[in-house]
Amino acid sequence: MSQSAVKEGFARALFVGAAAVSVLAVALICVFLFANGLPAMAQIGIPEFLLGTTWRPANDLYGIFPMIIGSIYVTAGAMLVGVPAGFLCAVFLSRFASGRVAATLKPGVELLAGIPSVVYGFFGLVVIVPLIRDYLPGRGLSLLAAALLLGIMILPTIITVAQSALDAVPQKYYEGALALGADHEHSVFRVVVPAAASGIMAAIVLGVGRAIGETMAVIMVAGNQAVIPGSIFDGVRTMTANIVLEMGYAADLHRGALIATGVVLFVFILLITMLFNVIKKRGEAR
Amino acid sequence: MTSGTMEREKTREAVGAMRTSVVPSAGAAASAGAAGGMAPAAMDKMVVSNLNLYYKEFHALKDVSLTFPENQVTALIGPSGCGKSTLLKSLNRMNDLVEGCRVEGSITLDGSDAYRDVEVNDLRRRVGMVFQQPNPFPMSVYDNVAFGPRTHGIKKRAELDEIVEQSLRDAAIWDELKDRLKKNALGLSGGQQQRLCIARALAVRPEVLLMDESTSALDPISTAKIEELVAELKKSYTVIMVTHNMLQALRVSDKTAFFLLGEMVEAGDTDTIFTNPGDPRTADYVAGRFG
Repeated sequence: MSQSAVKEGFARALFVGAAAVSVLAVALICVFLFANGLPAMAQIGIPEFLLGTTWRPANDLYGIFPMIIGSIYVTAGAMLVGVPAGFLCAVFLSRFASGRVAATLKPGVELLAGIPSVVYGFFGLVVIVPLIRDYLPGRGLSLLAAALLLGIMILPTIITVAQSALDAVPQKYYEGALALGADHEHSVFRVVVPAAASGIMAAIVLGVGRAIGETMAVIMVAGNQAVIPGSIFDGVRTMTANIVLEMGYAADLHRGALIATGVVLFVFILLITMLFNVIKKRGEAR
Repeated sequence: MTSGTMEREKTREAVGAMRTSVVPSAGAAASAGAAGGMAPAAMDKMVVSNLNLYYKEFHALKDVSLTFPENQVTALIGPSGCGKSTLLKSLNRMNDLVEGCRVEGSITLDGSDAYRDVEVNDLRRRVGMVFQQPNPFPMSVYDNVAFGPRTHGIKKRAELDEIVEQSLRDAAIWDELKDRLKKNALGLSGGQQQRLCIARALAVRPEVLLMDESTSALDPISTAKIEELVAELKKSYTVIMVTHNMLQALRVSDKTAFFLLGEMVEAGDTDTIFTNPGDPRTADYVAGRFG
C-alpha cells in the first residue's frame, strides 16, 4: 500500500518535472528578453524605437519600424505564394490523389520539411536571386526573392496540418453531398473543405508563425537594407535578420536594442499562437 | 451442390409465382391506403433484373430481381449482411465508391438503365438517400437544405427560401426549425437531424427516396415521427427502406422483400409476407426465430 503510494508519488513528480521543463524554458526566455529588452526600449523611447524609421547604431538611432514592416511584408508575400499552393496541394493529397500518387508525394512533402533552412537559403541564392536579377528590375536580393523562398519553406507546415484537417472530415459528409447529386469537386470544395475550415485556418496561422520567425534563409536572399522597401524588387531587412546580422559585434545600448527587437518578435509570435489556439478551440467547439 | 441449386431454382419459382399472384392485391392495397386518384395497379418506378453484385471476390447479391412500385413503400428486410443495404446502395450507385465493387444485370429507373443511360449525378438527384446515421453538414439548417438546389444551379434567394420552407414542411420539421434556420445543424437532436436530412434530400425534388435503416439510431418518439412522415411521403415519392425492425416494415410498407445471404428469398405484399409467407425461411425470420 505505502510502497505503491511512494511509487506513484515518484512517478507523479517525474511527470510534473518533465512537463515543467518546457514551461520553465518559456518563462526563462520571457524573463531574459524582457529584463534586457525593456530597459533599452525605455532608454530609446518606445515611440522612437517602434516607429522610428532610421536604424543607425553608430549615431545611436534605433528605429526598428523598417524591420517590423520588412517582417510583415516578407511574411505576407510568403503567404501569397504558400497558402494557395499549400492548400490546393493538401486538398489534392487528401481527396484527389490516388493511393500511389499520394504515397509518392507525401514523403516528398515530409522531406521538404526536413531540409535545413540554410540549404533553402543557398537554393534561393543560386536559383531564385539570379532569375530575378536577370529578368526583373533590381539586384535580385529582394523582398520578392525572400517571399518566394519563404513561400516554399512554409509549404510542408501548411500541407501537413491542412491535410490532417481534411482527412479528419467524416466520410459521411462527403457521401451526403454525393447522394444529393453533387459531383466529386463540388462535394469536396463545398462540404469537405468548409467542414475542415478551422483546421485549414490553423494551418495558415502556423505557416505565418514559421515565416515570421525564419532567419537564415531570409538573410541570404533579402538584401537586408534597414530601410522600408519601395517595391518588391528592393532589399528588405526582417526583425530576425536585424538581430542576427548585428548581434556579433553589438554592445551596450545597441545590444539592448537588438534584444528589444527580439521582444517585439516575441510579442508577434505570442499573438499568432493565441490566434491559433482561438481558431483551434472554435473548431473543437463545433 | 446440385440439390442446393435445385433448391434455389425452386425458391425462385416460388418467388415468381408469389410475385405474380401478389401484384394485383398490392395495387389494391395502395389504392385503398393512399388518397384517391391513383391508378389501381401501381407502375414500377424502379426495376432490378438479375442483379449480381461482387465486392472483389465476395458475391454479395445473387441474381436479385425485384420491382419497386411507384408511390408505395417497399421494405427490404433480412438479417445483417444479407445484402439489403448493398441493394439499396446500388439503386443510387453509392456502391461506386466501394473499391472492387462490380455490378452485373440491370437496374432501371422509369425504364432507362441506371448504370448506362442515366448520368450518375442526375441519378443521385432523382434517387435521393437518407443514411443510417443522421449526417447533416456542419453548416446552418438553411444551408443544409439549400445545398442540393444550389448544387443544381438555383441561385435566387427567393426561390431558395421557398424550396427550403417547402422541404422542411414536407419533412414535418418546419415548425420546430423555422426560428433556427441560421443555427448550426449539428446542434439539433438526433431525430431532428434525421428529419433535416430527409428535408435536404427532398429539396432536390427526387422521385425515389432510399432510406437505409434511417431510424435505427433514433429514440422511439423520433422513430414514430419518421414513420408517420414516410406514410405521408409516399403520396409524392416512391420510398424504398431497409429496416431491421420488422414491426416497422409491417407498419409502414406496402411491399416487403426478404433477403438472406445475398439472395432475395421472396417479395410481395407486406401483409402476405408477414402472415402467409411462401418460403419457410421467411416464416422463420418474420416469426423472430433467427436473425
